Amino acid sequence: MRYSGWQVLAQGIMGNRGWRPAWRDPAPKDAYDIVIIGGGGHGLATAFYLAQEHGLTNIAVLEKGYLGGGNIGRNTTIVRANYGLPGNSEFYSHSLKLWEGMEQALNYNVMHSQRGIINLFHSDGQRDAYARRGNAMINQGDDAILLDREGCRKLLPYLDYEQTRFPIYGGLYHPRGGTARHDAVAWGYARAADQRGVDLIQNCEVTGIDIEGGVVKGVQTSRGAIRAKKVAIVVAGRSSQVAAMAGMRLPIESHVLQAFVTEGLKPCIDHVVTYGMGHFYISQSDKGGLVFGGDLDFYPSYAARGNLPMAEHVVEAGMTLMPMIGKARMLRSWGGIMDMSPDGSPIIDKTHVEGLYLNCGWCYGGFKAVPGSGHTFAHLIATDRPHEAAARYRLDRFATGRGLMDEEGTGSQHNLH
Amino acid sequence: MLIPCPLCGARDSREFTPKGHASYLDRPAEDAPPQAWNDYLHLRENPAGDTRELWFHGAGCGAWLVVERNTVSHAVTGARLAREVRDAG
Ligand SMILES: Cc1cc2nc3c(=O)[nH]c(=O)nc-3n(C[C@H](O)[C@H](O)[C@H](O)COP(=O)(O)OP(=O)(O)OC[C@H]3O[C@@H](n4cnc5c(N)ncnc54)[C@H](O)[C@@H]3O)c2cc1C
Ligand SMILES: [Zn+2]
Repeated sequence: MRYSGWQVLAQGIMGNRGWRPAWRDPAPKDAYDIVIIGGGGHGLATAFYLAQEHGLTNIAVLEKGYLGGGNIGRNTTIVRANYGLPGNSEFYSHSLKLWEGMEQALNYNVMHSQRGIINLFHSDGQRDAYARRGNAMINQGDDAILLDREGCRKLLPYLDYEQTRFPIYGGLYHPRGGTARHDAVAWGYARAADQRGVDLIQNCEVTGIDIEGGVVKGVQTSRGAIRAKKVAIVVAGRSSQVAAMAGMRLPIESHVLQAFVTEGLKPCIDHVVTYGMGHFYISQSDKGGLVFGGDLDFYPSYAARGNLPMAEHVVEAGMTLMPMIGKARMLRSWGGIMDMSPDGSPIIDKTHVEGLYLNCGWCYGGFKAVPGSGHTFAHLIATDRPHEAAARYRLDRFATGRGLMDEEGTGSQHNLH
Repeated sequence: MLIPCPLCGARDSREFTPKGHASYLDRPAEDAPPQAWNDYLHLRENPAGDTRELWFHGAGCGAWLVVERNTVSHAVTGARLAREVRDAG
């Protein structure tokens, strides 16, 4: 069924009896051309672009839980292309362009809202750094505007500009940045992949990868063995465990990142705002909840929940920046399992096993990457050549030291990003 | 999380800074091949379950500890002075 305004009207008149499940629930077949491990945003997008761009449809996506139960349904939904380093710059630019056509391509409302992102700065040095980043964005063909304090005040009148410790000097404004409905992105890619013939198989945990003579032959799962000519690992926080099934040790540590949401409020925050002097960023969801988060707890974790010290820090930083949020009551907090790479940038590459592909290392920034990652990973799997927008996301860059992408400039070692 | 520092007793994790897996104690020799350094610096077992990590008690006694912790439950089950762990081999 094609979704449209007309369809909503017609179904409404007919008592909404005509809606059908958005995708099938097939049993796994014995063999596929391509098996994708992981039904998160990246896995589903990869399946969609394999079908859409390369005409490959004998594909299964194997998900150990339910579609959208991982980080894709846990993030704070920020979509942006404001990276500064070659490698990241062209990739996120490519990804944002795909976002801008996503709803039409998927025939699905993902509530993509280009409401603009403002990264605040609080010192001359930080202003220079953001000016440089803004120029990098403009050189890449994306949009960036350096706002002074008065420019910020017009857009964000509710901030505390005169904080004694960290007064606000201005902000880097990225108008095409914004948010989207996170589960809708998973559902939209799932439905569009299913419509093109991809089998989405839930409650199917991969427990082994079959390799003979250095060539991948298939996978073992909780629902039986499945043969495959090509296998793609795209399991975010679980990358180390799944790669270990192929005898690999990855440059990945899994950490917890927390997020928080308040009760629903009338519209008050129109953009995405990030604080430059504490771990805090915020936007308001279409339901009205203030959605905010901070940084990692900074110890490895698979618990999908964090501890109070980071919660306290985030709330303190928020209160410093916009004291008005003290009136809102917090509804929920949660955490996700982040696949942290040493330089903070991702990996999209082949492995030492023929026919086995790896996509991981998205750290806390992989939501905005969903279309770009799916699109370029599909290209790699289909053609065995990297897509030019993701050519620098090599697995061997840590071993060789060539082409590290340390966007934050903190060093290329674990626990620094 | 409370971390049982052998010198200070059980203390709030906020007093500590986590460094990473205790394999940081197995520093390769200076003339070790590049692959050994890549293993040491970048590649991780990244266990989902019991692990051993280096934590620094910066707001306490200033000792480096090897903390035994579970990455799934967050339970902390023990801590020893890193120096003792290293010297014991
Ligand atoms: C609190 C929080 C806030 C964030 N905020 C942002 C943000 O604002 N902007 C942004 O760009 N990014 C953000 N991120 C990061 C982003 O959510 C992730 O980088 C991205 O979702 C990871 O890719 P994914 O969607 O494919 O992961 P997931 O949805 O986690 O998908 C991986 C899937 O693999 C499955 N799997 C694992 N092991 C197996 C197995 N053995 N067999 C079968 N299946 C398996 C899992 O069940 C899971 O469904 C945030 C993350 C968190 C946690
Ligand atoms: Zn101590």
